Amino acid sequence: MNITMLLEMASSGFADRVAVQEGDRALTYGQLFAAAGSAARCLRESGAEHLALLDSSSPAVAVALFASAWAGVPYVPLNYRLTGDELDSLLERVTPTMLVTDAERAADLAGREGITAISSADFLEQSASGEPLAEPWAMDGDDIAILLFTSGTTGAPKAAVLRHRHLVSYIFSSVEFGGAADSDAALVSVPPYHVAGVASLLSSVYSARRVVQLPAFSAAEWLRLAREQQVTNAFVVPTMLSRIVEELENNGASDPGLPALAALSYGGGKMPLAVIEKAMRFFPGTGFTNAYGLTETSSTITLLDPDDHRSASASDDAAVKRRLVSVGRPLPGVELQVRNDEGATLGANESGEIYVRGEQVSGEYLGLGTRVEGDGWFPTRDGGSIDEEGYLFIEGRVDDVIVRGGENMSPGEIEDVLLEHPSVADVAVVGVPSVEWGEAVAAMVVARGEHPEVADLQALVKQRLRSSRVPGRIEFINELPYNETGKLLRRRVRELLADSAGVAE
Amino acid sequence: MAELKAGTRLQSAVCDSEVMVISAPAGDADLACGGSSMIAMDADKSGGAPDAAQSDGTQLGKRYVNEAGDLELLCTKPGAGSLSLAAETLVLKEAKPLPSSD
Repeated sequence: MNITMLLEMASSGFADRVAVQEGDRALTYGQLFAAAGSAARCLRESGAEHLALLDSSSPAVAVALFASAWAGVPYVPLNYRLTGDELDSLLERVTPTMLVTDAERAADLAGREGITAISSADFLEQSASGEPLAEPWAMDGDDIAILLFTSGTTGAPKAAVLRHRHLVSYIFSSVEFGGAADSDAALVSVPPYHVAGVASLLSSVYSARRVVQLPAFSAAEWLRLAREQQVTNAFVVPTMLSRIVEELENNGASDPGLPALAALSYGGGKMPLAVIEKAMRFFPGTGFTNAYGLTETSSTITLLDPDDHRSASASDDAAVKRRLVSVGRPLPGVELQVRNDEGATLGANESGEIYVRGEQVSGEYLGLGTRVEGDGWFPTRDGGSIDEEGYLFIEGRVDDVIVRGGENMSPGEIEDVLLEHPSVADVAVVGVPSVEWGEAVAAMVVARGEHPEVADLQALVKQRLRSSRVPGRIEFINELPYNETGKLLRRRVRELLADSAGVAE
Repeated sequence: MAELKAGTRLQSAVCDSEVMVISAPAGDADLACGGSSMIAMDADKSGGAPDAAQSDGTQLGKRYVNEAGDLELLCTKPGAGSLSLAAETLVLKEAKPLPSSD
């Protein structure tokens, strides 16, 4: 198996349909396939053992992904927001490599040992002509397709290994070949180094859907492009959806003006109930899908589909209504379990660590081996529970669980309560070292308008949960630290709290 | 006859059809297209034509299954012949569309 086969099929069935476009640059499926073959030949001739991509979205991303698969070298999309030192250390781990990057970096890195740097524009231009690599791509599904450096919210970045068989399995179980209509278009605003960015390309290619790329997200630009291109499908992270809804509110729009938008899916972080409820009111004609997955699972493993959204939202039954904040049920071929600390499988509605099994699950890190157990189960390090009907609820990272005096508590539960306070715009709850309790509960709050009284916030938590959950410390901050895909950086919150404690003393 | 493995690609000896094995029963299997045994991707076509009784054709991107449900093929290139396992003609597998998630 090789992901190039997915493109070959799209190219043979839909050669003249636009595959990917950004601004005035566009490639049809036929052109994308030919460009991948030509770039694969250059890549092979360069002697590179990886193809790294360090740039925002453009058709060069799609060419790079399939060229590396064709040439049989791992594709490594890198985060262009990292600092020079961080990038250098990642690049060192993949040399000798070809590096497709912006023109400025390509010039800076020219001559660096082990790096063949080329600008995205030159890469596209070169691959527009030239013979394809004569050799067919390898069909060994065990070959590495992609190395994705994880965001490292809790430590140094690790390179997740996705092999061809993982990605092809994911596409086969979730996408119908050629399922897109001629008029369909997917708006991709997640960066290329995010697993959702890779998955959206693969899914669109196999369904033969036109991909419209938005390299730098802003709500106004997203709305403008979606209208201009009559976008039918889009994927956003929760922060993006929240900003899109805010933009519509600020403009006093009663209608988003997107009659073509049939499907809006979201994932990559926790969706606040208030945001999805508001979004569903703003987009009554759009079907919402919540997709939950990890880099290590080749993207999506569970879906809360449009019908689930509608029935949860319309229900008077609290157990059904609650499903609006669930991540839905597993894809075909994916199994889930929730286990406790001793490894025992838990029953419905019991909280523990989520385990997943399926052919799309990799669970492997370069140089560190696999975390998948002998019987195929992968511990996600996400906490959660599954209800009677199989709907999965995510309760944050297991590593973020606060252990206070032997009692385990999930920060999300405390955050949800604090967010109900009208003067709390955003909040992060973390464990901080405590001599007395091992860990103590602390909160960092972004106030809406006037600062709420600390005592009031503490009373709210005590009343709704119990006294052990009450944050002993509550600090105020203007903005919480998030990474660019909207993931809260809890490690950074703990550092900020440690810094402010030092100042206070 | 050969054992079919998931991921293996085969071509028809008598038409343009190409398939990839998604899942297959254990043991040797006589997979045919257009009434002639399917061959490796690098083997030469026979130059013959599909059997008239096995000429319903294959469609790009469609899945084909046997009645027992233990064989599934993906058509990666369409052709004039029909797919069969031993004497059983394979049938189109109905797709259950999922909402697009990314």
